[in-house]
Amino acid sequence: MENATLENPIISVRNLHKWYSGVHALKGVSLDFKPNEAVGLVGDNGAGKSTLINILSGLHTADEGEIQVEGKTVTIANPRDAMDLGIETIYQYNSMVPIMSIARNMFIGREPLKMSFGGIGILDEATMREQSVEAIANVDLHLRSPDALVGELSGGQRQGVAIARAMHFRSKVMILDEPTNHLSVKETTKVIGFVNSLKQQSVTGIFISHNMHHVFACCDRIIAMALGEVVLDKPVGETSIDEVHDLL
Amino acid sequence: MKRLLKLSLQKPELAALLLLVILIGIFQVTSNGYFLSYTNMRGLLGFLPEMALVAVGVTLLMICGEFDLSVGSVFALMPMTMAVLMVAGWGFLPAVAVGLLVCAAIGFINGFLTIKFGIPSFITTLGMLFMARSMTVVISGGFPPRLQMDNIPEQLFIAFVGPSDLLRASFLWFVCFAVFIAFLLGKTNFGNWVRATGGFLPAAQAMGIPTARVKIACFMICSLLAGFAGMIQVLRLGSPLPSIGEGLELQAVAAAVIGGASLFGGIGSILGGVIGATLIRVIDNGMVLSQVDSNWFKFAVGALTILAVVANAWLRKRGRAMKVET
Repeated sequence: MENATLENPIISVRNLHKWYSGVHALKGVSLDFKPNEAVGLVGDNGAGKSTLINILSGLHTADEGEIQVEGKTVTIANPRDAMDLGIETIYQYNSMVPIMSIARNMFIGREPLKMSFGGIGILDEATMREQSVEAIANVDLHLRSPDALVGELSGGQRQGVAIARAMHFRSKVMILDEPTNHLSVKETTKVIGFVNSLKQQSVTGIFISHNMHHVFACCDRIIAMALGEVVLDKPVGETSIDEVHDLL
Repeated sequence: MKRLLKLSLQKPELAALLLLVILIGIFQVTSNGYFLSYTNMRGLLGFLPEMALVAVGVTLLMICGEFDLSVGSVFALMPMTMAVLMVAGWGFLPAVAVGLLVCAAIGFINGFLTIKFGIPSFITTLGMLFMARSMTVVISGGFPPRLQMDNIPEQLFIAFVGPSDLLRASFLWFVCFAVFIAFLLGKTNFGNWVRATGGFLPAAQAMGIPTARVKIACFMICSLLAGFAGMIQVLRLGSPLPSIGEGLELQAVAAAVIGGASLFGGIGSILGGVIGATLIRVIDNGMVLSQVDSNWFKFAVGALTILAVVANAWLRKRGRAMKVET
């Protein structure tokens, strides 16, 4: 599916294959994601969308195929590689440690250090607290203390903190994996509003969801996957919820 | 104020600290005021470091979400290695270095096998418990070697030091290690990774933390501390018996749990582990002084473990239920 684009894609994948013990989960997927675009990725369970996302965020590696970020061929061997390339992923469940504070969660794996020796060093806790308060305020979330445990936050607040974290580290591409699952209507609206606002902040958004209404409410382009292949890739204006439903 | 109360109720070591204070009070009365006397404290604080060092390591590992049953055997193997080498003519320091290397290797093997093959550390370290104990007996050749005490810098490890000779040098080692590990856990990025790895492994992995390396490091620290503690005991006793440290692994786990560490990882504190270890030593000592049949010791430790966990869960629930704005 080669798109003739005017703009250079921020991420392009070519002919990605992935097998899980005999199951061909991705069958030669090729896609381009343009800068500042909000892309909705939809598909049934087992369609391959999570596999694709896991490869882009470094949790899994592809068995075959090529990934280019801003025109350069890259290897994403682990989550750290993805983050270093500016790809941040917000997972449905597993991006926060509930027994740790907001400030600690914000900087897991990327802690600001006062001094360090061989990669291990003393945490700059003042900076961590200060910057988390700032980052949280920037995504319009109102939490009084960066010391509150993440486990005590509501599902929406947790997503908010995860989003604040991704924004704080100036991601270029933000992948949101089912961010509206288990959220109240009010919180869902907030997350959708957030995806809408990514464009102004020059961030490419990849929004994965089961819920077509959520996707259509905030994305510029819809990509539908089924059985490990891309079955539809159209701007949101040229397709409809019905058309996508029929394909899946 | 309410926020402060909420935070302290959620501290994992709170229940153990309360129990410790209460028990010290009780023993002070039942021993007719002898418990807190200078002589008794001198004895109690002299033994404490040996078990408390093991508890510190086990607590760290439990916070990281893993478990080590081999500490009791490592406790015996390290000093046995050292003694056998010294009898063979090695100097004290090289023998200690080899002994500690053996501990580090055991910790590494424990961690590596657990992670590489995805088996519970309960099983890996249970196996290591038997293997390390067996090696201890084998290298001793059945006869525990006697240490030539004049080759050993006693001042450094077991001599009484400090104000009116109250403490042994081993106590200072213990304090240094405990403070260092607590600092590592609370104030460094490594500590953040340990807690995240034990607290919620998928999140730690998704955030790019080298969880395998973090766990292996904790296994190694745990083994090293156990070996070091064994060495201190043997220097105190003068001869390494192959049977020392038997049952210590479970006491160390009990200490960690009493101090608020969770078996599921993520929760706990080094201070808690130290308080737990102190509690066990206090019970042991206090019961003797109160002329209670010493066969009740294990009963008391067991009951205390359960009581502390129940109390902890209750306190934490109360803390969590308190409404303060987030």
